[in-house]
Amino acid sequence: MIFKTTPSQTVGPYFAIGLPWDAGPQAVAEGTPGTITISGTVYDGHGEPIPDHLIETWQADPTGRFADMHGYGGASEMAGFRGFARYGVEDGDGNYEILTVKPGPVPGLGGTTQAPHVDLTLLARGMLNRVVTRIYFADEPELNAADPVLATIPAERRGTLLADRVEGGYRFDIRLQGDGETVFFAV
Amino acid sequence: MTEQAIEPRAIYDALSDTPTSYVREDEDAHPPLDYPPYKSTALRHPKQPLIYLPQTITEVTGPQLGEWWRLGEHDHDLTRQHEGEPIGQRITVAGHVYDTEGKPIRGTLVEIWQANAAGRYMHRWDRWPAPLDPNFSGAGRCVTDDEGRYQFTTIKPGPYPWGNHYNAWRPAHVHFSLLGRAFAQRLVTQMYFPGDPFFPYDPIFNSVRDSDARERMISSFSIHDTVPDWAAAYRFDIYLRGPGATPFEEAH
Repeated sequence: MIFKTTPSQTVGPYFAIGLPWDAGPQAVAEGTPGTITISGTVYDGHGEPIPDHLIETWQADPTGRFADMHGYGGASEMAGFRGFARYGVEDGDGNYEILTVKPGPVPGLGGTTQAPHVDLTLLARGMLNRVVTRIYFADEPELNAADPVLATIPAERRGTLLADRVEGGYRFDIRLQGDGETVFFAV
Repeated sequence: MTEQAIEPRAIYDALSDTPTSYVREDEDAHPPLDYPPYKSTALRHPKQPLIYLPQTITEVTGPQLGEWWRLGEHDHDLTRQHEGEPIGQRITVAGHVYDTEGKPIRGTLVEIWQANAAGRYMHRWDRWPAPLDPNFSGAGRCVTDDEGRYQFTTIKPGPYPWGNHYNAWRPAHVHFSLLGRAFAQRLVTQMYFPGDPFFPYDPIFNSVRDSDARERMISSFSIHDTVPDWAAAYRFDIYLRGPGATPFEEAH
């Protein structure tokens, strides 16, 4: 490393004038077969919904391939698959919702297989850097049990990373502090 | 799944290749999430320690800006997004996006947003009594070229008061969002202007505790890039995390 990174600063209260766009919450083109929603609420340390937050997600397609800018790992061949979603709320109820498809298992390090998951970035006023978490799916108990990342998390906290099946998709709430604090990662 | 296995690569070319991992950063490379002088951090930071996430294919890949995502003609020129010109000092803000190896990062999305010359955002929550400018929305975006360059034309934003503490003012700044080439490279930051008198009093600027690191958020004036009879130029180079060891060599 020759240079040092530019430091992070908060996204602030006014990101909505620059970052969200209409199709941002869609990780797949509208009308894609197998489309699901992932939705939830982001809570602060008092258990109150955070009305201004920005969420970004990144994931593989159902065959485990990414819509990567370099085609890394074998590019997704799924029509309309973007793999990236951005949901920004500026004066909301703390809820978010993205439109996507359920990812497939993807390779892990050292020949392992990772359970289906979605990487998630959360940014907000009052946060000087992003926080990163992963959405896993509660209805994949066998794959989750074999997932090398979940295995590193204390058993009593693993549930914070599991999205529950609901009508039309999955629900994944994020708690920044307190009871049921979501597991956040250093990447 | 074997055909998708990650192959560690000894040599990497930033223009055609992508690292198999990104360098792990020191704890003080970025500001702490828990920083009491910035009061809004109190209820919005995790209390539990972060858990080490090995960088897998999910973290070392990143979105491709395809047909579904298009730049508008004036997205990079914030002075030409309305019928009239905005009030204020016209400036250019330009630079390179590099990784920490000094290699340019091409094709990455750079998004900016900012207050107008009076220090007011075109946002319903910004209510302080400074004038709005109907000719200035304050948002722009562009994609870096093959040399990692980006350029915006805008007006110099004003400083503005905020409610963090008595007589709190934000130094003039432009918000920057960089997608990077991988999930691991994502950065949101703010660009400041040289010699701002509000620097010593701003908890957000000073949340970066290392003074050299704070300097990396301050643009520099460039007479060389200043366009005669048109616009003063500020340069701001941005450094995103570069390649790390191969995943198999990482300490766990």
